Amino acid sequence: MNININITKQTEDTVHVAIAGEIDAFTAPKLREELGSFSQKENLNLVANLSEVNYMDSTGIGVFVGLFKGLKANGGHLKLVGLSDRLKRLFDITGLAEIMDINPEVKGGVE
Amino acid sequence: MDFSKTMEEKYIDILKQFMESQSEQSLYAGQQFSRLALEQKIPPEEIVNLQKSAMQKLMPDLPDEVWHSYDILLEVMTAYGFAFREYQSLIDTQKEFKNEMEIASSVQETLLGTSVPTVDGLEIGAISVPAKQMNGDYFHFVHDGDHSVNVAIADVIGKGIPAALCMSMIKYAMDSLPEYRKDPSAVLGSLNRVVEQNVDDSMFITMFYGMYELKKHILHFASAGHEPGFFYSERLGEFLDLEARGLLLGVDKGASYKRYEQQVEIGDMIILMSDGVTECRTDEGFIERETLISFINNYITLPPQEIVNKIFRDLEKLQHFQLRDDFTLIIMKRTK
Repeated sequence: MNININITKQTEDTVHVAIAGEIDAFTAPKLREELGSFSQKENLNLVANLSEVNYMDSTGIGVFVGLFKGLKANGGHLKLVGLSDRLKRLFDITGLAEIMDINPEVKGGVE
Repeated sequence: MDFSKTMEEKYIDILKQFMESQSEQSLYAGQQFSRLALEQKIPPEEIVNLQKSAMQKLMPDLPDEVWHSYDILLEVMTAYGFAFREYQSLIDTQKEFKNEMEIASSVQETLLGTSVPTVDGLEIGAISVPAKQMNGDYFHFVHDGDHSVNVAIADVIGKGIPAALCMSMIKYAMDSLPEYRKDPSAVLGSLNRVVEQNVDDSMFITMFYGMYELKKHILHFASAGHEPGFFYSERLGEFLDLEARGLLLGVDKGASYKRYEQQVEIGDMIILMSDGVTECRTDEGFIERETLISFINNYITLPPQEIVNKIFRDLEKLQHFQLRDDFTLIIMKRTK
């Protein structure tokens, strides 16, 4: 049960983060802690690359919805890229795929 | 004190024997002594004191420097003594928490209690087991006379106590809207507004709500981001997804929930679950929906309650009896 959170790019208005490992009840608090402060920033574009995430449960969904709402309220945007079929399915089932910016490809995301 | 007196005597005995023989036996006696000292909550600096006074009795002629050195050792041990007392008080606090948790979880059981209705022609089996003490999963049945059986199954995202408290709120919100309860999309719509207003920003709820019309045998249902259930058609001998799309409760207060319908024939089954069932992790990876179907198929001739019990046992075994997520499974079968 490990998670690696790597900020690969950080400018005034853009943050790219690559997440690897498992996002579940044990690792979600760490993820929330590391990314939570970004949702307070104004007009921030946050791109999260999830291509190395091999497991995520509903707790992980909770973290991303929190980020999504926070960023949106401050005029920013959250984009999730590189989702595996399993992860994509989670966002489909929860209806989030329709309101969030989700892309299974990594294009336009983290270089 | 008598007690410390005997401790001192014991210690002197052990020390004396060891000085004479250096035997394994007296080393072992030393280990036993330390266990006894821990039981009696004797702090580490007291042990140093014991050693000093024992030595004063056994070898009173040692040079002063030796006695002074004990004073330094005593000072050094003082911080360990504090740590020890802190540990003791943490243990006590933890015991208190544990008691309170037990009370809270039984309060929760009472608050969220629901009974599985007995309905002529519709057999129902349900099981819900928390991974930790408090359950973030929830199911609720309402039997509306001859008209319908309503079923809600929900999962709070976020685990443990906050999730459980949140569930109680949902249950009361649900109880307060009896007039809509026949319309799944209206139920989810109004619960969504309740959750959106009242719950922490990172806490969300998935819910499936179904209304089984007893005369026409139609299941009306809607889903708020909940893991899709299955519909088993006996005529086709197939399991189909009870596909319904809708956003998680609590994300967007304007969300609307589409109502779906499924005609149910004799022998057909409606299978509802929480994601603790399909997200069950085993050594070989996750169980797939197909695996779950094959489990249900194994027991398909049994009554619904026995099916859900047996599937829980099987999945629990696959996870080496360590549930990682709350587990809820409901099966409703039309029998006539």
